[in-house]
Amino acid sequence: MKKPIPSLHLNADDFIPATSEEKESLVVMRESVNFWKDGLRRLRKNKIAMVSLVFILIIIVFAYFLPSFWPYTYDQQIKYSENLSPFEYGKDEQARIDAGESVFPHICGTDKLGRDFAVRLMMGTRISLTVGLICAALILIIGATFGAIAGFAGGWVDNIMMRFTDILYTIPDILLIIILSITLRPKIESLATVKGSLWMNQVGPNSTALVIVFALLYWVGMARITRSQVLILKESEYVTAARALGAKSGRIIRKHLLTNCIGTLIVTTTLQIPSAIFTESYLSFLGLGVSAPMPSLGSLATDAVKGMNTYPHLLLLPAILISVIILVFNLFGDGLRDAFDPKLKD
Amino acid sequence: MTKYIIKRVAMGLLSIFIVATLTFFLMNMVPGGPFVAEKSISKAAQEALASKYGLDKPIFERYVTYMTDFLKGDMGVSLRQRGRTVSEIIFSKFPVSAGLAGIAVFVALCVGIPLGCISAYNRGKLSDNIIIVLGTCGIAIPSFISSVLLLYTFGSRLNILPTIGLNDAASYIMPVTALAIYPTAYITRLMRSSLLDVMGQDYIRTAKAKGLSSFVTLFKHALRNAILPVVTYVGPMLASLMTGSFVVEKIFTIPGLGREFVSSISNRDYTMIMGTTIILATLIIAANVIVDILYKVIDPRIKLK
Repeated sequence: MKKPIPSLHLNADDFIPATSEEKESLVVMRESVNFWKDGLRRLRKNKIAMVSLVFILIIIVFAYFLPSFWPYTYDQQIKYSENLSPFEYGKDEQARIDAGESVFPHICGTDKLGRDFAVRLMMGTRISLTVGLICAALILIIGATFGAIAGFAGGWVDNIMMRFTDILYTIPDILLIIILSITLRPKIESLATVKGSLWMNQVGPNSTALVIVFALLYWVGMARITRSQVLILKESEYVTAARALGAKSGRIIRKHLLTNCIGTLIVTTTLQIPSAIFTESYLSFLGLGVSAPMPSLGSLATDAVKGMNTYPHLLLLPAILISVIILVFNLFGDGLRDAFDPKLKD
Repeated sequence: MTKYIIKRVAMGLLSIFIVATLTFFLMNMVPGGPFVAEKSISKAAQEALASKYGLDKPIFERYVTYMTDFLKGDMGVSLRQRGRTVSEIIFSKFPVSAGLAGIAVFVALCVGIPLGCISAYNRGKLSDNIIIVLGTCGIAIPSFISSVLLLYTFGSRLNILPTIGLNDAASYIMPVTALAIYPTAYITRLMRSSLLDVMGQDYIRTAKAKGLSSFVTLFKHALRNAILPVVTYVGPMLASLMTGSFVVEKIFTIPGLGREFVSSISNRDYTMIMGTTIILATLIIAANVIVDILYKVIDPRIKLK
C-alpha cells in the first residue's frame, strides 16, 4: 500500500485561530518564582517558623516600643512601693487611688528599690536584643568580607587567612570573652564620655564592650561558611563572563559572589543572634556583663536569685523571657535555613 | 598521617601560646591590682608587696619571666591566697570540676543516645516529635536558668535536695542535671540526624534484604556507624563542661576550678588568672586536637587535607 502523502492529509480545522479560552490554557499558570519568592513561599508553609516570627515581632514591640508608652521608667524609684507583688499598690499609690486618682498597675510588681519590674523587663529585653542584633550584623560584615576575600583570592592568601581563623577557632571563647570584656570596659567607659560617642550611653559602655568582643571572636564561623560558598561559586560561568567583560575583583565579589550566597549569609546571621544573647545573659549573670542601673535579662535574673524564695516572679519572668527569646530565634533561624538554604539542613 | 598529627599538635601549642600571651597583656591592662582592694594595707606596704611579687618591673620583663617559669613547670604563688602556689590550688580544685563534668557527660550519653535512637526509629511519630521539642528546648535554655529553676523548685520550694556544696550523693543531683541538660539535648539531636543518615545507606538496605529484623539492623549495623559523631563530640564537651561550669559552680556554691577562675578575675590575682586560663585552654584545645586526630583514625573515609 502506498503511504499517504502528508500534505494531502492536513486537517484544515487545525489552522483555525485559537479562541481566547484555548490561549488561556497555554498561559503558564504560576508566575515565575525568583529566589526570594521561592524561599518566602517555603517559609510561609513552615508553621513553626511563622509562629516564631510572630513571637519575635511581639518581643520587638515589647522591647523597643512599649517602654515609650509605659508610665514608668526603668530607673525611676517609687517611694513606698518596694517589693510589690504583681498588681499590688504601694502605700502612696493606694492613698492616691483612694483619693480617686487612677494609678497604672505594676503588672509584674516592683523590685527592692521600688522600680516597676515590667518596664525593667522591657529594657532588659531591649539591651539583650540590641546586643544580639548588633553582634550579628558585625559578624556578618567581618566574616563575610574575610571569607569572601580568602575564598576569592585562593592560593597562599587563602592559606594564611584560613590558618589565622583556625587558630582563632581553637581559642576557648568564653575565657577570652571574660578577660577581653573586662579589659575593654574602662576604655569604652572613658570613650563614652567624649562628645560624639555619647550614643554608647544608649546601650551602656559595658554592652558596647561585649558587642565588640563577641564580634571579634565569633566571625570565624561566618568566614568559613562564606569562603566555602565562594570557592564553589567562583568557578561558575557568570563569574568568568564578568571577568571577561573586565569587572574588577571587588565588583565580582560584591555583585556576583556575595549576592549568590546571600541565603547562607542570612541563615548564619540569624542563628548568631540567639548565641550572642545567650552569652550576654550568661556573662551578666556572672556579674561580668551589663552593669547597673541598666538592666539586662541576665542581670535581672542574678539580682533576683537572692530573694527568690520571697519574690519568685522576679526570677521566673526574666528566666522565661531569655529562654523564649533564644528558642524562637533558633526556631526561626532553622525555618529560614530550610527555606533559603536547604543544602545546609543536617 | 604523622605529618597531619604534627601539624595539628603544633597548631594547638601555638593556640595555647597565643591565649597565654593575650591573657597576660590583657589582664595587666585592667585597672586595679591585686592589692588595691585591701584598704587595710598602707600605700608603702602595697608597694612592698608589689615589688616582692615582681609587679613593679616592666610588663615585658614580667612576661618573659612568667613564661620561662611556666615552661619549667612553675606557675608561681597566688597573690591573694597567700602561701599557696597556683598549681596547688588548681590541683585541689580540678578534681571537683572534672568529677562533676565527668558525671554530667556520663548522664548525657546514657540519656541522649537512647533518646536519639528512639526518635530516629519512630521518625515522624508522636514520640519523635516530643523528643524533638524537648531537645530544642534543652538547647535553648541556658544552664544558669535551668540551675536557678532547679534550685528554686527542689531546693527551696520542695526542700528535698541540698543546695550547697558537694557533700553527699544527693547534692550531686542538681548540679549534674543542670550541667547535663545541654549536652543531652545536643547528643539526642546529633544521634537522631546521624542515625537517619546511616539508615538511608545501601548496606542497611542489604541488611534488611537479608531478612534481619529492624531491631537487629539498628543495633548491629546502623548504631555502630551512627555513633561516630557522638564519640567525637564527647571530648570537647567534657572539656567545655569543665570550663563552662562557672555558673553552675557559682549557683550551687561548689569549690571548683570555674569559680576559682571567676573570683581570681575579680580579685586581679594575676598568677591565678594565668594559671587557670592556661590549664582550661589547654584542656579544651587538647580535647579538640585529640578528637580531630581520632576522627581520622576511626573513619578512614575522611580525607586528610
